Amino acid sequence: MSTPQPQMPQAAPTTWQASSGPSYPTYTSPIPVLRTHLGHAIASEWTKIRSVRSTMWTLGVFVLLVIGIGLAAGALVASNSGEESLAGENPLSFGFFGLLLGSMCIITLGVMTTASEYGTGMIRTTMVACPSRGRVLAAKAIVFFSVAFVVTLVSALLVALADVAMLEGAKEPSAQEWLKGTVGISFYIALLGLLSLVVGSIIRHSAGAITIMIGLVLAPLVIALFMFSASLEDLRQALFEYSIPNQLSVFYSNSLTETGPSGWDPLWIALGVTAAAFAGAFALLEKRDV
Amino acid sequence: MIELEGLTKRYGEKVAVNNLTFTVRPGIVTGFLGPNGAGKSTTMRMMLGLDRPTAGDVRIDGKHYDQLKDPFTYIGALLDAKAMHGGRSAFNHLLCLAQSNGIPKKRVHEVLDTVGLTAVAKKKAKGFSLGMGQRLGIAGALLGDPRILMFDEPVNGLDPEGIHWIRNLMKSLAAQGRTVFVSSHLMSEMALTADHLVVIGQGRLLADTSMADFIAQNSRSYVRIRSPHRERLLDVLHSAGITAVETGNGTLEVDGTKPEYIGELAAQYQIVLHELSPQQASLEEAFMQLTAESVEYHAHADTPLEQPQWGDGWKGN
Repeated sequence: MSTPQPQMPQAAPTTWQASSGPSYPTYTSPIPVLRTHLGHAIASEWTKIRSVRSTMWTLGVFVLLVIGIGLAAGALVASNSGEESLAGENPLSFGFFGLLLGSMCIITLGVMTTASEYGTGMIRTTMVACPSRGRVLAAKAIVFFSVAFVVTLVSALLVALADVAMLEGAKEPSAQEWLKGTVGISFYIALLGLLSLVVGSIIRHSAGAITIMIGLVLAPLVIALFMFSASLEDLRQALFEYSIPNQLSVFYSNSLTETGPSGWDPLWIALGVTAAAFAGAFALLEKRDV
Repeated sequence: MIELEGLTKRYGEKVAVNNLTFTVRPGIVTGFLGPNGAGKSTTMRMMLGLDRPTAGDVRIDGKHYDQLKDPFTYIGALLDAKAMHGGRSAFNHLLCLAQSNGIPKKRVHEVLDTVGLTAVAKKKAKGFSLGMGQRLGIAGALLGDPRILMFDEPVNGLDPEGIHWIRNLMKSLAAQGRTVFVSSHLMSEMALTADHLVVIGQGRLLADTSMADFIAQNSRSYVRIRSPHRERLLDVLHSAGITAVETGNGTLEVDGTKPEYIGELAAQYQIVLHELSPQQASLEEAFMQLTAESVEYHAHADTPLEQPQWGDGWKGN
């Protein structure tokens, strides 16, 4: 120990017996005592998320997918369409493909934020350092959501600006369309990641949680594709409308159908589902052994 | 100080920890001993608020663990040396722990120095040997300069130099007035470090005693004798007022008599001796005797009788 420490005399056996009060000799640290709060947990989680290479890899691939595919889609459309064919189209909507694929990275990162700690056993160290389990989950959620939202917003904004510049024939997006196509969809993607984080905390197993989340994103759409029976038409319609890819496209006012979610609906749906899952994860965290 | 009161943990039908009541006191090293599967780690996890007790209570300086606002200044624990993200550097691992308790970055450098990992602070933890991982875990336990330290099997996987280092560290921490609680399944290891012993088996408390008392009670010294004239020797010993116990294989054991005296006695009556040796039952034996009935996973010395033979299945046809 390099800190100066008072040398305490060793306790005689007789004093232990009567040591119900604070009369026993005990060590007092020179380090000042601090009441910890959520801010400390957030600082800790920020160090955790930035200090592993897999975070950088996942986010790097995400940015590459969103920007690469977004620009490629814009360029492809620009070279293949005349002045008139694009009229009335929202140029922001070509960012959709990159974000749909990129959401897999955000899902993975979200799951890893919680579930990987169960895989390594780090969660025990974390919970010993911060006995308030809810605080740990909240700090993870805040740090991850901020990172996911900022990275998605920056990527989506870059693609939007480039696509608007490239597609001169398309209409000029309104302020509402700009807001939905950048901030709105980034919020939605970050919420999807947050849901993954929460599922990771419930399942406690990375591969399992990632499978569940990818299934949630893709399964409804794929299943609906093969519902040929007329009697299943209503279900098929609902699966299409509420599938996550279709909800994403609502942010560009490009729904598969005329009914179903519109405007800001997908965001409220995502918020509701994530909040419910969060409450469940919180209750389970309090109840289960670490 | 750690106080346990009727601490119990059940997993379904199985009772892992059964009504444990004892106190871990400051200023000494308390050894927590028990065979594999005795419930040591479960007990430690309950002390740290990781597992919820089925019944009973455990308090750290009078408080439940989850009531501690600055847990690292109360208690530092090494549970599992591998319980860290392999991709994170030693420094960042300690930094995130320090930040969660508002401990300044300077302290991370200090504990790295204490455990001798300064040179590899920027290296990823997955490249660490078991011994280095153990040191990193101990650095984490020391971060808050806590009053209580808890180590779960700290010497596992360490080389002799590392074992020596841990022993001295635990003793010096206790000498500073801290509470040191260390688990092990090796009695010989405890005999060298612990001042007090808590022994459990199948989750039940078997002993709560000072090390000195345990040694005095359990280290029986006796004399082992072999002689071709066993009957005559027994008569001679009997008439001299010495009780000898036959232990099979023609050996006799005598308690509480010096071997010199028995040798002189044998010489006086001209009895040939093949062996006359002072013996000391080891603490390991005493520990095994204490926990013999509670060992969960017995290794069977003899093979099961009803071992299926190759071709048994054909006999019925």
